[in-house]
Amino acid sequence: MTMPSAASALRFEQVSVLFEDVPALVDVSFEVAEGESCVILGAAGSGKTVLLKTALGLIKPDRGRVSVFGRDITELREEELFDIRARLGMLFQEGGLFDSLTIEENVAYPLVNQRVVERPPDDVRERVEEALRFVELEHTLEKFPSELSGGMRRRVGIARAVVTEPALVLYDSPTAGLDPITAYTIIALIVKERDLRGATTMMVTHRYQDGVWLSDFRYNPENGTLVPAAGNGHPLPARTRFMVLEEGRLVFQGSRAELEACRDSYVAKFVKR
Amino acid sequence: MLDLLKTPILAIQEFFQLAGRAILNVFRSPHYSSDIFLQMDTIGFGSLPIVILTGFFSGAVMALQLSKALTTYGAVGKTGELVAITLVRELGPVLTALLVAGRNSSGMASELGSMKVTEQIDAMRALGTDPIQKLVTPRLIATCTVLPLLTIIADFVGIFGGFVIGNLLLNLTAAHYWNSAWQALEYSDVAEGLIKPFCFAFVVALVGCYYGLRTTGGTQGVGRSTTQAVVVASVWIFVLTFFIARIFVTL
Repeated sequence: MTMPSAASALRFEQVSVLFEDVPALVDVSFEVAEGESCVILGAAGSGKTVLLKTALGLIKPDRGRVSVFGRDITELREEELFDIRARLGMLFQEGGLFDSLTIEENVAYPLVNQRVVERPPDDVRERVEEALRFVELEHTLEKFPSELSGGMRRRVGIARAVVTEPALVLYDSPTAGLDPITAYTIIALIVKERDLRGATTMMVTHRYQDGVWLSDFRYNPENGTLVPAAGNGHPLPARTRFMVLEEGRLVFQGSRAELEACRDSYVAKFVKR
Repeated sequence: MLDLLKTPILAIQEFFQLAGRAILNVFRSPHYSSDIFLQMDTIGFGSLPIVILTGFFSGAVMALQLSKALTTYGAVGKTGELVAITLVRELGPVLTALLVAGRNSSGMASELGSMKVTEQIDAMRALGTDPIQKLVTPRLIATCTVLPLLTIIADFVGIFGGFVIGNLLLNLTAAHYWNSAWQALEYSDVAEGLIKPFCFAFVVALVGCYYGLRTTGGTQGVGRSTTQAVVVASVWIFVLTFFIARIFVTL
């Protein structure tokens, strides 16, 4: 095996996860380097969410090892995992916001509760406003999640995931069930977060288009839109790797060009030519 | 056969793991005191009206029923004594616990269950809090504090209900009724009457939280957990009251 040029952000080594004897992940191995983007495609129930939760240590693998920033988290106890998780951000599928807390409290939650990132209380409010400004929802501080639309809830979810400025951000189906316009807004935020802060980004999705946005476009800070990455003297955005999951197995790994050239019938279904 | 036993044994093991961690967390920081007080308010103050109502009528109906049997022996005067003992030792704790189980075990199961199916529990873990510390332990502490207090209120209101019937229908004087009720109670009765709700509190809180946290399968799953929590908590309250009573009878 060749040494990766950058340090490894996340590594799976032959990870298998079983749910009451039903395999959810089978022998999954891959490595994501720091600063890299990674798009995981797969049908519903192919184990995409399980993969992300295993990366966070929310699910313990039955076999194999998981390393986050070079640290093996497979055997860690829950308390030790908290320190690792503080360096990770995750957007849950439906946002995963706490219904009983206001938007402000939701976004402040990781700042207040993560031991590693203890901050003075005055600073919290400022960081929360900054994070909400980032997703353009700074006027919703006092609202409850139930008062927001699905797309807004997900934007708050992004704000909460990135408020601690994690080095690795995981997005679980950020565009599922959203109209194309809202989906574009969400993807633009993900690309913005990646390009402005250089965070390692891992996104699970069933829409190939989301992956294309991530791999071939970059955030343009001048007018807040996504523009094609190549050309105009701009450096190419972070390398993007595509992976395809089929019933818990990793059936494809490679660049966008390799994905489009892939002849496998399952993989080809995701690629719109 | 072994496979049939596997599921319930696994469930019991998981339940005791949860119970152990919830109890250990009582002695471990961080403590979420605002959550504890919020739970005390919903469980304690929220249950007060129904506890008072059922307490009153259970005492009253007991006096009414007993009076018929007692008249046969010419011992209507003993009404206060009987009502007091039955309520303090058995009915007060059990009825209160059943009501709180119906109100709050179900509430906990549905609240935690919805949080589970909407990934809020996972989010909580991902954002650096132990859901048991944040959700289960406050509910356990709150129930353990509040259930004995509710039981005391139910006992008193029940004895008062017996007095209303005794005074209005059985022509017992206030002095006679309260005196015989007071005299009848021994320390062991009061001890039994206070240990029971304390034990039931563990059942009410932990069963509710356990079924909530193991919820799967969307909204339907939440409904299922809620029902299971109430049923299982109620059954265990009856089983426990039998064993505690058994211990106190031999004492």
